[in-house]
Amino acid sequence: MSKIKHHLTEPLLMGYAAGTLPEAFNVVVATHISMCDDCRAALAEYDAIGGEVMVSSDPVEVAEASLAATLALIDQGFADQDRPVRKSVGSIIPQPLQDYVDGDIDSLKWRKIGGGVSQLVLDTSADATVRLLRIPGGTAVPDHGHNGTELTLVLQGAFVDEQDRFGAGDVEVANEELHHTPVAEQGADCICLAATDAPLRFNGIVPRIAQRFIGI
Amino acid sequence: ADLAAKRMAWVAQVIAVRDGKDRAAFAELFGYFAPRVKSFLMKSGASPDLAEECTQEVMATLWNKAHMFDPTKASVSTWIFTIARNRKIDMLRKQRRPEPEELPWGPEAEPDQVDAMGLQQETEQLGRALATLPVEQRKLIERAYFGDLSHSEIAAETGLPLGTIKSRIRLALDRLRHAMK
Ligand SMILES: [Zn+2]
Ligand SMILES: [Zn+2]
Repeated sequence: MSKIKHHLTEPLLMGYAAGTLPEAFNVVVATHISMCDDCRAALAEYDAIGGEVMVSSDPVEVAEASLAATLALIDQGFADQDRPVRKSVGSIIPQPLQDYVDGDIDSLKWRKIGGGVSQLVLDTSADATVRLLRIPGGTAVPDHGHNGTELTLVLQGAFVDEQDRFGAGDVEVANEELHHTPVAEQGADCICLAATDAPLRFNGIVPRIAQRFIGI
Repeated sequence: ADLAAKRMAWVAQVIAVRDGKDRAAFAELFGYFAPRVKSFLMKSGASPDLAEECTQEVMATLWNKAHMFDPTKASVSTWIFTIARNRKIDMLRKQRRPEPEELPWGPEAEPDQVDAMGLQQETEQLGRALATLPVEQRKLIERAYFGDLSHSEIAAETGLPLGTIKSRIRLALDRLRHAMK
């Protein structure tokens, strides 16, 4: 993986470790970590803090037969559902994302949403949404502001906005203060994973109308 | 070195469970961790009954996944926390938990004893750093891990400005992460 410049923020890493983020954000975080050794190392620290918070909390009495009941569970063959392990070798879709989509980039069920852009909305819990976006090189996403937090992780290609350039592995964290017009770089399609916990605020009338249909 | 002795004992117990299906070792782990897992789940919003059920499943998962435990990558407390957290997301929030892709295994088949010891010591230092944080910082860190409260909800409840909460959490995290270096 080429050098990643834009990483996850501290609150995102801590929220992911604590298990308090919406599922849609977890997808972006897990996918970025699959591509980024720095954030993987940072996450190990946040997990370790979680472990120490847990062991330092006042112990609560367990049921009298708790150990026996647990051993009975083990004897019955209780198993936490293991995910099937899929290899992402040779794919630009890291494994946590493969658990949500069926196939590789060109075989996905893309839906055109106007301006040459296609999307695929992933099935997650309703507190936030996450979608794959496919933006042809040179194409702009209509300028917009944000009502909440928007995470955009680049999987292929690159886009540029008022903040910086974002290449493969980079994640942009946008919030209420940011208004931007992402433009895909010339060349290969820019494919990114974008999560939002609130609708975007489009300026133009056409994207505002389209918004009702595409659900961004 | 004896700072990490208790933690190395937990490692030995997990390995005894892994290699020998050792029920006595499991009972030792259960005795220490089950009441703390249950506490974590209750502080995260589970009823006592649900927390009890969930704790038993967390500990059964420990047994089943003991073969995946690597003491050079995580201490026992960290590992059990991640199991409990995932169970919490599954049971309390009814959500799937996407996990990062596993790194490919390195050439070393047997975990290095020195690395394992080093990690247990770092975790012990982290535990001590957490215990010695100023109380208001520690409370915020605990709430961030236990509760589903957002920063703005904590602000509304405590009357502290959002900026103060964010900077206290940041300060606390800096100290904790520094303790692991
Ligand atoms: Zn990163
Ligand atoms: Zn945006």
